Amino acid sequence: MNFMYERFLGGKNGAIGMAILAVLILIILPMSLDLFRLNMVGKYLTYAFVAVSLVLLWGYGGILSLGQGVFFGLGGYAMAMFLKLEASDPISTSIQSTPGIPDFMDWNQITELPWFWVPFHSFTFTLFAVIAVPAIFAFIIGYSMFKRRVGGVYFAIITQVIAVILTVLIVGQQGYTGGINGITDLKTIHGWDIRDDSSKYILYFINAFLLFGVILVSRFILTSKFGRLLLAMRDKEDRVRFSGYDVSNFKIFIFCVSAIIAAIGGAMFTLQVGFMSPSFVGIVPSIEMVIFAAVGGRMSLIGVVYGTLLVNYGKTVFSETFPEIWLFLMGGLFIAVVMFFPNGLAGIWDKYGKTQLNRISKMKFISSAKALINSKRTSPARDSK
Amino acid sequence: MGEYSIQELTSIFAMQGFAGLSLFSVLLLMALGLAIIFGQMGVINMAHGEFMAVGAYTTYLLSVISETYFPSFLQYYFLFAILASFVIAGILGYLTEFILIRHLYKRPLDTLLATWGLSLIMQQSFRSIFGAREVSPTLPDWLMGAYQPTESIYIPINGMFVLGLTLVVTVGVYILMYRSNWGLAVRATTQNRIMSGAVGINTKKIDRLTFALGCGIAGIAGAAFTTIASTGPTSGSLYIVDTFMVVVFGGAASLFGTIASAFTIAQAQSILEFFISGSMAKVLTLLTLVIILMMRPEGLFSNKVRK
Repeated sequence: MNFMYERFLGGKNGAIGMAILAVLILIILPMSLDLFRLNMVGKYLTYAFVAVSLVLLWGYGGILSLGQGVFFGLGGYAMAMFLKLEASDPISTSIQSTPGIPDFMDWNQITELPWFWVPFHSFTFTLFAVIAVPAIFAFIIGYSMFKRRVGGVYFAIITQVIAVILTVLIVGQQGYTGGINGITDLKTIHGWDIRDDSSKYILYFINAFLLFGVILVSRFILTSKFGRLLLAMRDKEDRVRFSGYDVSNFKIFIFCVSAIIAAIGGAMFTLQVGFMSPSFVGIVPSIEMVIFAAVGGRMSLIGVVYGTLLVNYGKTVFSETFPEIWLFLMGGLFIAVVMFFPNGLAGIWDKYGKTQLNRISKMKFISSAKALINSKRTSPARDSK
Repeated sequence: MGEYSIQELTSIFAMQGFAGLSLFSVLLLMALGLAIIFGQMGVINMAHGEFMAVGAYTTYLLSVISETYFPSFLQYYFLFAILASFVIAGILGYLTEFILIRHLYKRPLDTLLATWGLSLIMQQSFRSIFGAREVSPTLPDWLMGAYQPTESIYIPINGMFVLGLTLVVTVGVYILMYRSNWGLAVRATTQNRIMSGAVGINTKKIDRLTFALGCGIAGIAGAAFTTIASTGPTSGSLYIVDTFMVVVFGGAASLFGTIASAFTIAQAQSILEFFISGSMAKVLTLLTLVIILMMRPEGLFSNKVRK
């Protein structure tokens, strides 16, 4: 039990943080917001998946991917393809010249369902594809780049180019992908309408629980020996390599994990919002997702959720009332976070919030400090090989 | 194919080839600035496209001013505009380095995010000042029209002008970087910052001027860009990825590599566009580049440096 507590929740601080976040997302927000706003929060929380994936990849791994939108999009598109196929059964599409295929294919004079759409008739396959397609894609990219020790800014640029390629491809091949409008008019999963009020609530909670699950698993990864290696690789890659570890394999693994997390977010996005389009794949959304993580604190799994909610809330408020100011603010936010708060909200909390808390429970602080010193004394012996 | 005569075919090839050359010169002009900033300093400047837009808007502004106040000057303002674009974009670059970049040299990935933020701010500034609509300057008469060597070949004069300008700038950059004392200091700083400082080079000043030079060249690219297409607040960001690909593909620190890769990418894209749709041509070109870069991460031509 204690093992679970330390490894999944990250000790006392982590557990308190998780509890506060859970109260906020599972109780306060659903009770205080109307369904429209709650659905919006649900949409933002799908971006939080990407932000969490960036904590693993960028905060701890030091690998900045500017193509997380690609994986978000792959997950989202896989889910959208299933929903679209179910929405375009032969009866409801009987006015088309070829009934039974999605409407945009019919508009583009395609008369037969393309082969890569066929397996998406099955929901089981779709769930599998949401995980597997991004993972395989990430493995191919990661394998070919990390094995050749491409890293840092080159990796960022190349992932960015991949985001561009996928966007141009989706927009250009409208007959197969729905083009710039994306895949729209999604209705049901096996007859269960995803658009009515009760299912929106259900989807919101599924999404929230999945997010907590992802955070717990990520915490487990980060508190493991692998998590410590990840940090070591970020700070002194060569030293880890000379210690006998195959750095590239670890990097490939964490890249695949982060791709899967982002893809789950994408699939939940499609379910809650009811469409998927290339505007969530390209450079701009990918970089925006990085800023969510940066604002929340690139080293904090819980902080990035707040960061995502806050930035998106700001975006909604400002772009509804003063659209001109929003871009200035967003740009300023990028610069300010990088220059003054490299650890984001979580960093500010650690610096100011925690000391206040600790002053209240000073006795506890002293005892935990003693425990920390003791653990530091013992830990090097445990690690040496 | 049978419907075309041999003469017509050669004309098509000549004009298509020239279209590729125009794309090549715009890409190269943009990439030159970036090659200096990224290749020499290792700084990723995501706002590079916006510095280009600064040049383009400067040209537009000068054309409006000379049209309203000095109509007789309209024939010559463009040459002056190129210079002004260089100076204004350069000054802005100098300030950017001083305020933003110099604090982030040790964190290249953060520079990327900060300059992206800068690019958002610059885009919105363009939109607030010049409006969201695309603008284009009034071009002097001597830039209009086409040169007609034979009856069926039309070669636009603005394209030839941009090509000429690119040649001049490239030669200028070459002389500055490889044949002057200042360029020697820049390259020395790239190779070993501490030793360069020890032999008396003011490396901080070198950084600032190098960044300003790169941005200034982006400004020239912007001025040249106005002769080919109109300028909007987001024009710069359209080219940024292509430009980065040119620099990375060419091998970051190599001037010759940058030229060769701009030429390859531009020709590949314009030749492919003749056979398949524009979007697929772009996909194929970029995909090929990514695959080549995965196999040869250091780019086509790279300086052999021991790291």
